[in-house]
Amino acid sequence: MSYIQIDNLVREYGHGEAAFMAIKGISFEICQGEFVGVMGESGSGKSTLLTMMGALNTPTRGKYSVEDIDVYSLGQDRRADFRREFIGFIFQSFHLIPYLTVLENVMLPITMVKMKSSEKRSMAKDALEHVGLAGKEKRLPGEISGGEKERVAIARAIVNEPTILLADEPTGNLDTKTSRGVMDLFKNLNNDGMTIVMVTHSPDCAREAGRILQISDGFLMEEDRLIENIGSPFDRVT
Amino acid sequence: MKLIDISLSNLRRRKAKASFVLVGLLIGVSAVVAFISLVDALTRDINQKLEEYGANIMIVPKTENLSLTYGGISIGGISFEMQEIIQEDLYKIRTIKNAANVAAVGPMVLGVVKIDSHNVLMTGVDFEVTQYLRPWWKVTGEIPGKKSVLIGAEVSRILGLSVGSGLEANGKRLVVSGILDSTGSQDDQIIFAHLSTAQTLLGKEGRISMAEVAALCSECPIDDMVNQISVVLPGAKVMAIKQVVKGRMETLGHFHKFAYGLSALIMFVGGLMVLVTMMGSVRERTSEFGIFRAVGFRRSHVVRMVLFEAGVISAIAGVLGYIVGLGATKISIPFFTESVGVKVPFDPVLAGSIFLLAVILGLVSSVYPALLAGNLDPNEALRTL
Repeated sequence: MSYIQIDNLVREYGHGEAAFMAIKGISFEICQGEFVGVMGESGSGKSTLLTMMGALNTPTRGKYSVEDIDVYSLGQDRRADFRREFIGFIFQSFHLIPYLTVLENVMLPITMVKMKSSEKRSMAKDALEHVGLAGKEKRLPGEISGGEKERVAIARAIVNEPTILLADEPTGNLDTKTSRGVMDLFKNLNNDGMTIVMVTHSPDCAREAGRILQISDGFLMEEDRLIENIGSPFDRVT
Repeated sequence: MKLIDISLSNLRRRKAKASFVLVGLLIGVSAVVAFISLVDALTRDINQKLEEYGANIMIVPKTENLSLTYGGISIGGISFEMQEIIQEDLYKIRTIKNAANVAAVGPMVLGVVKIDSHNVLMTGVDFEVTQYLRPWWKVTGEIPGKKSVLIGAEVSRILGLSVGSGLEANGKRLVVSGILDSTGSQDDQIIFAHLSTAQTLLGKEGRISMAEVAALCSECPIDDMVNQISVVLPGAKVMAIKQVVKGRMETLGHFHKFAYGLSALIMFVGGLMVLVTMMGSVRERTSEFGIFRAVGFRRSHVVRMVLFEAGVISAIAGVLGYIVGLGATKISIPFFTESVGVKVPFDPVLAGSIFLLAVILGLVSSVYPALLAGNLDPNEALRTL
């Protein structure tokens, strides 16, 4: 039973002669608990697809459903609620708020949730502990390393316990060792039942996914289901 | 963490931007406070001075046989040889609705007395209230008692009388206790005696020829007071000395209109400045709002965050603006009046109003930038990074 359904999704930018079609009718389904990697050349439409799956980018045509909810039939505010309840989004450049502490950044998705402040703090601290950043709650984003920023972004994405984690090049700005740590984290989250869709240029990272979607020039070219007995490429890195 | 915490964190981080909006609003608010406080203080000062001009309501008998000009002010036709007002009736003035605005009531009896070969106008007055009705009087000698008189400068010159001189008026011996310094008015040609003395000499016991009323009129409805006195004294004609009252009211009115007009203009400019600065701030923070929207903030949450920030800055500007404005008024007041000791008191109504005005202005000016922030497309906003 598919959890996410994408049916003939099209995204066109601009009008008339300047119109540019970034996604040209893509359809696929994802089951709950799947770890999907999305690969493709720069400008192929990977990130556009991911932002549409994050309910951030309204498609020109097509349908996107999660748990049978037609996401783009929702109004703006209900779509914001959908993002808060279902989606954890990890951006390539972290997108942390510079004047909020690490803990406050992680608390952002649950700021508007009706629960006690102490409970929110506890959830945010748990998320930070999960990504190995306990003790750095009061730091500002400018006071931590790139790898730590990535972990803060992951903690923020998982603090509200979403069912879907969308990651846009999560290791794009990280060194190999840190990348491996992030991928281990993703594997753990996936093992806990979280559905993960990760855009990446890195074949090594893609190997961590159970399934790869290849995007080229706005089309879904092929789907690779990886053989489970292939060892992790990070096993070779020490 | 709540929305207000995020707003406060942003204000702390962007101190320069926040200070710019704050200073802009502060200047506007303090200028408005200074104008209004200054005009209020000057109004009180001018009003006090105007009160010193003396009587502003005249009460005369309704009959008219003889036209009389008194002190350069036309008081209509009266005849001191005919029907007069009963003195006891004057207490009724203290029973009118606006009795609290009556500062002094001065009964006067008028009549001609013969001194040597001269016919002289004698006026019986209550010297206790004369100080309110004719504060400009300067007397050489003393205020007379019941057996003495105060004479005008011309009377003194023509009759050759000085302080301590004796005179015989209608057969009664009186002493000159004081001479009025020249006033340039008809008072110079009059002999002033105690009311009861004059009434006896003129054979008008218990009656008066006219009365003057000094009304405290910073806000009082002078026309209403005239009507109220007319009702309690039906046999008398009651008139406002309109030149003084009208001029007084017009002066105050012009002052207030000027102050409020200028204040409105300043606040409008201040509002525009807040609008422009907040617009710049929203544009600068586009990506930030994109992040908020991406993690599940509704449009209304973003709008509220921007309005919180504007509200906090405006509230601070409101409080500081009142203090600075009041201080500016105290410093500047000597440049606008020669009066010493003009007070600029703390006005809770003005303080409250200006606080509300600052907050409302800040919020109203920020509504458009806030809506702009709330309506940003999250995907487009994130792409600005």
